[in-house]
Amino acid sequence: MLAVPPKNPSVALLVTCLVDLLRPQVGFAAVTLLERAGCKVSVPESQTCCGQPAYNSGDRADARKIARQVIETFAGFDYVVAPSGSCAGMVRIHFAEFFADDPVWAAKAMHLADRTYELTQFLTDVMGVAEVSAAHPGTAIYHDSCSGLRELGIKDQPRALLNTVNGLKTNDYSGSEACCGFGGTFCVKYPEVSDRIVGQRVTELAATPGDLLLGGDLGCLINLAGKLARTDSKLRVFHVAEILAGDAGPAIGEKS
Amino acid sequence: MMHVTTDFPAAAHEALGDKSLQAALARMRQGFVSGRASAVARLPEFDAYRDAARAIRDHTLAHLDAYLEIFEANVKAAGGQVHWCRDGAEARETILRILQSRGAKTIAKGKSMVGEEIELNAYLEANGVRPVETDLGEYIIQLRRETPSHIIAPATHVSKAQVADAFRAAHTLLPADRSLAEADTLLAEARAILREEFLNADAGMTGANFLIAETGTSVIVTNEGNGDLSQTVPRTHIVLAGIEKVVPTLDDAAVLLRVLARSATGQEISSYTTFSTGPARKDDLDGPGEYHVVMLDNGRSALLGSAFHDMLRCIRCGACLNHCPVYGAVGGHAYGSVYPGPMGSVLSPALAGIAAAKHLPHASSLCGACEQVCPVRIPLPKMLRAWRDVSFDRGLVTLRSRLGLAVWTFAARRPALYRLATALTAKTLQKHRAWFRLVPGLSGWLATRDFPASSGRTFMAEWKARR
Repeated sequence: MLAVPPKNPSVALLVTCLVDLLRPQVGFAAVTLLERAGCKVSVPESQTCCGQPAYNSGDRADARKIARQVIETFAGFDYVVAPSGSCAGMVRIHFAEFFADDPVWAAKAMHLADRTYELTQFLTDVMGVAEVSAAHPGTAIYHDSCSGLRELGIKDQPRALLNTVNGLKTNDYSGSEACCGFGGTFCVKYPEVSDRIVGQRVTELAATPGDLLLGGDLGCLINLAGKLARTDSKLRVFHVAEILAGDAGPAIGEKS
Repeated sequence: MMHVTTDFPAAAHEALGDKSLQAALARMRQGFVSGRASAVARLPEFDAYRDAARAIRDHTLAHLDAYLEIFEANVKAAGGQVHWCRDGAEARETILRILQSRGAKTIAKGKSMVGEEIELNAYLEANGVRPVETDLGEYIIQLRRETPSHIIAPATHVSKAQVADAFRAAHTLLPADRSLAEADTLLAEARAILREEFLNADAGMTGANFLIAETGTSVIVTNEGNGDLSQTVPRTHIVLAGIEKVVPTLDDAAVLLRVLARSATGQEISSYTTFSTGPARKDDLDGPGEYHVVMLDNGRSALLGSAFHDMLRCIRCGACLNHCPVYGAVGGHAYGSVYPGPMGSVLSPALAGIAAAKHLPHASSLCGACEQVCPVRIPLPKMLRAWRDVSFDRGLVTLRSRLGLAVWTFAARRPALYRLATALTAKTLQKHRAWFRLVPGLSGWLATRDFPASSGRTFMAEWKARR
């Protein structure tokens, strides 16, 4: 982290492959929030993915190549911000592992790691954002995504910001800190087990009063929304950035 | 080498459809998790104890050879014997030799996961010795001829009605029309039967939660007192333990005991914590005439200094099983190893070979709950990934996932191609989502979950258009 953050830092948005492909509005909401906080936002064009599919499948060689690509793509900015705890965690926590035998790249990896953040953590902990200008009626249940929660310690930041959204209350549910069963490639390898796990979360959600289900990672959210859609739940699912930016259109799974 | 029978995908499928198992798992998920949470909340310095526990285990492992020799010397000084066994076969033969040379026909056994690891009961039966499991859970699964489904609650998958069935089938001398509907009745019946077994056993065996180097002591924790009877009533006491179980001092054991019960069952301390040092001394009123410690390596020493070194810190509390969403969904048997759950998915490939256990490191969403609750802070997700690396390097991954990964990587490393591919996918997701049913892997998702439509354009395309 920079000792004293510049007032108007240059921030590169790490869009994440899921936001890029499935829900661009999360990326735009992130840009809105960053710009409102005073950041100069860029979107490096040569970004693809952080490499987790290879990393979590045991393909170290390719994960390492992709890590180098990410390190080069995102060099030269004050900060890198992702609307995902999982992708930010990959860069912050895991990239350095790839270069244990290569001091030059290890230094570059650590340099990038130090300035890479998940969106809500960056807004509160680095930019000092204490409130957002947004309004949304109702009660939002928050689901903590595993990587954000356990690798990056993100818990209070999104809730603190959400509690400043006009008209919105936040609530937890008994599964807030439990895995939703997505797990990246896990849900493809073991769809039945993944489905049983998300089924448990959906049962717990049904016992919790709320109008919205929010979280910071799109993978978990499409999983939860996809399962909720097969029940009679009325919960509308959004990425936290969409609500914080005051930019809630159709929820995940709703027709646009 | 340890034996695993793993076809995790098929076994998981079966487990998910087993209503009785699912009901048992739902009870287990609730009980253990809330139990640990409240025990931890009552001890504000719990995390400091975890750090201390980890440091003790790390220190011991760094000097394992020295502490094992000190332990052996002190067992001998107390009048006991230590038997070093490279693998399961050596341990089984050693135990049988001890039993046969004393003419032992029955052995009362306290709970021992190492006993399960080396499949001791089947071997003893085949060689004319009758093993009697005296831990209630172990007794139940012995009657049902099953392996444990949990390292501290071996019969957690068995319903009360199934226990009653097993007792009726086994205890044929009791009236057939007796009522076995209540847990208390089952417990009383097991107690009465086992009491006779303790008194008649020619030898007793226990595992060890810890071995204390400075005194040559073995430590067991139980909630039933069965281990105490197994080790004090019969003439011969055999302790079976993995070589990693040693700790330097009694003080060290005290620290580890503080985190063990809280992590395992949510108790401050187990009902019985028993320290055994050597055979009965001259003036002791009771105790065994002989004290043997069978020390098993079975692949453990090979982990020292490897990527899996930290796994040797494990104190077998089961917290990682209790908090694992995958274990909670499928239970222990699906893993095909006596060590299930996250700790098992790291340990089983080490003890049985990665080729035999290749599914296990992948049977995890890497959510990290295991590491979060581990009393000795074992980085389980990191080691699951390390096994995945080994598995990938040895070509043990399916062709399908290898191909899928290769295609994805090829595109991810070429931004222009990646832009084109994602733009096409976004279009397809907007207009022809049904096609995705044809994609292997996604069909499983779509069977039970929706997949959101795309707006038809990627963020990157939209961004370029807007700016």
